[in-house]
Amino acid sequence: MNPMNTAAQPQQRQFNPYTENGGTILAIAGVDFSVIAGDTRQSEGYNIQTRYAPKVFRLTDRAVLAVNGFAADGNMFVKKVKQRLEWYRHAHAKDMPLHAIARLIQTMLYGRRFFPYYVYNILGGIEDDGSGAVYSFDPVGSYERETCRAAGAAQSLVQPFLDNQIYFKNQQPAPGTAHPAHLPLPHVLSLVIDSFTGATERHIEVGDGLEIYVVLAKGRDLSGLEGFAGLQEVSSRSDGERIFVIRRELKKD
Amino acid sequence: MNTFVNQFSTSSALSVIKKAQAVTDDDEEFSDAAWGSEAGFGSLAKGVPSFSVPAVQDPTSFLRLHTDDHADPNCRIKIQHGTTTLAFRFQGGVIVAVDSRATAGSYIASGTVKKVIEINPYLLGTMAGGAADCQYWETYLGIQCRLHELRNRERISVAAASKYLSNLVYGYKGMGLSMGTMICGWDKTGPAVFYVDSDGSRLKGDLFSVGSGSTFAYGVLDQGYRWDLTDEEAQELGRRSIYAAGHRDAFSGNTCNLYHVKEDGWRFIGNYDITKMHYDGPGDVPGSTKVAYGYDVRVEGRTSSNPPVAAAA
Repeated sequence: MNPMNTAAQPQQRQFNPYTENGGTILAIAGVDFSVIAGDTRQSEGYNIQTRYAPKVFRLTDRAVLAVNGFAADGNMFVKKVKQRLEWYRHAHAKDMPLHAIARLIQTMLYGRRFFPYYVYNILGGIEDDGSGAVYSFDPVGSYERETCRAAGAAQSLVQPFLDNQIYFKNQQPAPGTAHPAHLPLPHVLSLVIDSFTGATERHIEVGDGLEIYVVLAKGRDLSGLEGFAGLQEVSSRSDGERIFVIRRELKKD
Repeated sequence: MNTFVNQFSTSSALSVIKKAQAVTDDDEEFSDAAWGSEAGFGSLAKGVPSFSVPAVQDPTSFLRLHTDDHADPNCRIKIQHGTTTLAFRFQGGVIVAVDSRATAGSYIASGTVKKVIEINPYLLGTMAGGAADCQYWETYLGIQCRLHELRNRERISVAAASKYLSNLVYGYKGMGLSMGTMICGWDKTGPAVFYVDSDGSRLKGDLFSVGSGSTFAYGVLDQGYRWDLTDEEAQELGRRSIYAAGHRDAFSGNTCNLYHVKEDGWRFIGNYDITKMHYDGPGDVPGSTKVAYGYDVRVEGRTSSNPPVAAAA
């Protein structure tokens, strides 16, 4: 074929500003704590771009946001949320309450209804009444408060596991007993770790590293966290809600 | 240099400045309200919010390309879909019943969605179509209803509230909004139900069902509907209709949320597991016969797949 003639063929172009960067995030709420976790692998197709790209971010001393989907949109979105929270702090000399951050995220996502951020958000933290909370969002801002939620590449592997282990779906309690409404922190942490090691085994886009943020309600003791390997405190003060990170390795193949 | 050329050139200093201005303008999505306590919805109180739109020839087809999972099941951004919702008017007020399943493609994204949106103590909205569209605009409608109350010292009528929403979404017609909602409430005219959708339809009526499972719900609803239903009978009819849809429509299911609107505002009646209703019935609740909805109990021992005990032995 004459190479000069290619222009004669019909051609179609389209604006495709999105890509999918893999990875998985999850969050679980307890009575007086909240756990938000994500792996740190960032990939595009079969290529691993980096083994350490955080997907979980501390917003305030009682709010942590996990973002998954298109990394560039995710980073930009977190940047803008943090900016709005800083403005709020300057105007009111306090941190925005968690339920208000959730509504703010809704309006920010919906502001891009016609040019969406390709991000799935999970917000975790402590509510004003001291209870642990998790809010999950779709890319254009519909949201709901839940007890646990997984999102991202391995969502369909992790969520059924969580449904079974946290909501006790399809489990019958032993006669004369009942399923607990809330699980203790050490139990939740081991479920999170198992979720990610499991997802790493069966999903190619999950692995490398694991970051687990733990938010503790004001006045709660550190029981369940003491002696945890790789524990680091990231809260700005010790007399309010406190935030800790646990960094662990995941398989790198 | 030729100013005319300069004006239309894409590489001149002038056009570079223009581009830079366009980029900084792009960041002007925040009003001054964003700084203060109005952060969030407060900025909407002054009027309809502004939206960013991609700089392409046809923004609507861009949106469809990336979000419409009907046209392309592999599209990236999956907006939650699939629903059964119903509402009907009767002697004792309005019954609103919905399922709680949200699907993204064939994945069940959530089984605990709140598809009844509590606009204010006298108004309910239902959610079918885009979850975010319904949640956002019905919350926005709640703001406008409150402002109406403050300005007119009188509660907004259901007709006015539904028309406000209808006119609002009509302004976005063809841009990809997707919502099919029933605005239900009680005003000085009594119980009222209006169907409003993103195409611009607004219908007043006694009985509506919306969503992928609506045909199944209508089947049960039409058969059992009367104006002089008692409160208990009406609640049972709503529950039974959502069960039917949850049972026969793959995109509906999980649980049923039931609301009853009366003269003094709406009341949440309960949340019922659809699987439980199939095997055991809705439990000991008003209007219930306490018999399982599934037909297994009605054919027990009479079919080949479930033979009489004597024959099986």
